[in-house]
Amino acid sequence: MSGDGWRIAGWALALAAAVAAPFVIASGRWLDFIELTLFVAVLAQAWNILGGYGGQYSFGHAMFFGVGAYVQALLQFRLGVSPWAAMPLAIGAGAAVGAVVGYLSFRYGLRGSYFALITLAFAEALRVLARSLVSVTEGGRGVSLALNQDPDAVWSTLQFTFAEPFLRHAGSYYFILIVLVVAYGLVWRMERRRFGAQLIAVRENEDAAEALGVNAFRVKMKAICLSGMIAAAAGVYYVQKYLFVDPEIAFGPSKSVEALVAPIIGGLGTLAGPLLGAFFLHGAGEAAKALVGAVAEPRPGLDLILYGLILVLVLGFAPRGIAGLWAALMAPLRRRAG
Amino acid sequence: MLEVRGLTRRFGGLVAVNGASLDVSAGEIVSLIGPNGAGKTTLFALISGFLRPDAGSVAFEGRSTLGARPHELAARGLVRTFQIVQPFPTLSVRENIATGAHRAIAPRREALEKADAVGRSLGMGALLDRRAGDLPIAARKRLEIARAVATDPRLLLLDEVLAGLNPAEIDEVTPMILAIREAGITILMIEHVMQAVMRLSDRAYVLNSGAIIANGAPRAVAEDPAVIEAYLGPGMAARLKARPHA
Repeated sequence: MSGDGWRIAGWALALAAAVAAPFVIASGRWLDFIELTLFVAVLAQAWNILGGYGGQYSFGHAMFFGVGAYVQALLQFRLGVSPWAAMPLAIGAGAAVGAVVGYLSFRYGLRGSYFALITLAFAEALRVLARSLVSVTEGGRGVSLALNQDPDAVWSTLQFTFAEPFLRHAGSYYFILIVLVVAYGLVWRMERRRFGAQLIAVRENEDAAEALGVNAFRVKMKAICLSGMIAAAAGVYYVQKYLFVDPEIAFGPSKSVEALVAPIIGGLGTLAGPLLGAFFLHGAGEAAKALVGAVAEPRPGLDLILYGLILVLVLGFAPRGIAGLWAALMAPLRRRAG
Repeated sequence: MLEVRGLTRRFGGLVAVNGASLDVSAGEIVSLIGPNGAGKTTLFALISGFLRPDAGSVAFEGRSTLGARPHELAARGLVRTFQIVQPFPTLSVRENIATGAHRAIAPRREALEKADAVGRSLGMGALLDRRAGDLPIAARKRLEIARAVATDPRLLLLDEVLAGLNPAEIDEVTPMILAIREAGITILMIEHVMQAVMRLSDRAYVLNSGAIIANGAPRAVAEDPAVIEAYLGPGMAARLKARPHA
């Protein structure tokens, strides 16, 4: 089988396991753990498009997530729009924010740490805006969506709390799984097309790419819009799941940090990297919480300290992440087989 | 094909290129020579859209190139290489060349096939799967050329592709350049290796302190007293003439 054949088989297996998981796992707590991990894996893949493939490190990816979440929440809360109709608008808003931030940064040639600072500043500005525009956003109190208690309106409200038992158990899980499959499918496609090749070329050497006819500005704009759309879709999921969003959740640094740590640990610029990184991080985070919880009171923020530690270790010893480590371990085997 | 008129570029108080004019006709190989710091690479950057001139004009196939971005000029068929090679280090040689092929070809598979064909035709068939960052310098120089050729240029600007190579390696790359011309691509090249300039080029321009001081057949240019003095210092032309066997 060719390299692609093995990869397709691996992904098909992972997908089958993911689809089957709610049937096998009865514990809500474990399914929640996987669901949350998949959610982070979506955010991480959004970041990976721009940061991993495109080499443009964003420190403020929460802005796309937050805008998606707020648009999804406010359209329902203020205007009574159906969640289905709000969804494309929320995702579109993610792309629009990407276009604005991308235009301002890339048109003026901001790269590296300057780009990171711009994105950080935008996320912070949006957080302040969400906090102060009380008449629109409800300010720091946040937006709470009405809980639907009518079993017949489960699909029209896209809320699974009062659905029949299996859907209650697994509805939101499948929601994020679908978002993930679409997002990862887009990246799979991107890897095999001119756009992906040009994006990687821009990451590797922007001047050389320009000299070979690559419109670096347009390629980066496309990447940031796609990235923004996917992160906004994660925001849509978040709102439909928790029926709540506030400025800290939407635009606070924790989403931005998770979005970038997972792909760096998993493997930058690889399809599987964000997913591996998300599982690794969350597995380690949960384990640490359980261990500490066993001997002392739970300490919030412990997982963030742990993320930092893991990040330092990975950057020090496996700079190409888990995916790179895997490739390095498999290389001698493959050579022997070949 | 290329008309450069009175091109000038200043960096602060330094005039790097000072009223330079040159012409390249279709099918030619034209060399641009001159001592270190003469402004050759700056001139290339001005022609290829990486820098904007303070004065003067550049026309490629009758149309001005001023204000056009490098990728727009590449789309029009004017492509440059870099003196300090700029490979995409983590990509394979094939993927590097395919990035150039994508200039004209959208489908990935066809671009990779074209990369194979270009790589083979330029004698890089054995290197296609190697990581570009791991290549020795001579192979990187050849990759730099192959990637540019894969864009299907009409005019190729080669910036010192022979610099830093040993004589055996120079003998490998020179036929590459001739093969490119055979394929119908016009070449303007910056070169220090005089033996190659003599062998390859139809005409040569000499740039000194930002200004063109001589042009013509390579042999005549090399014997021009102004050129000798530019390289060796004032008065040297006369002293060499007085001692023809020195």
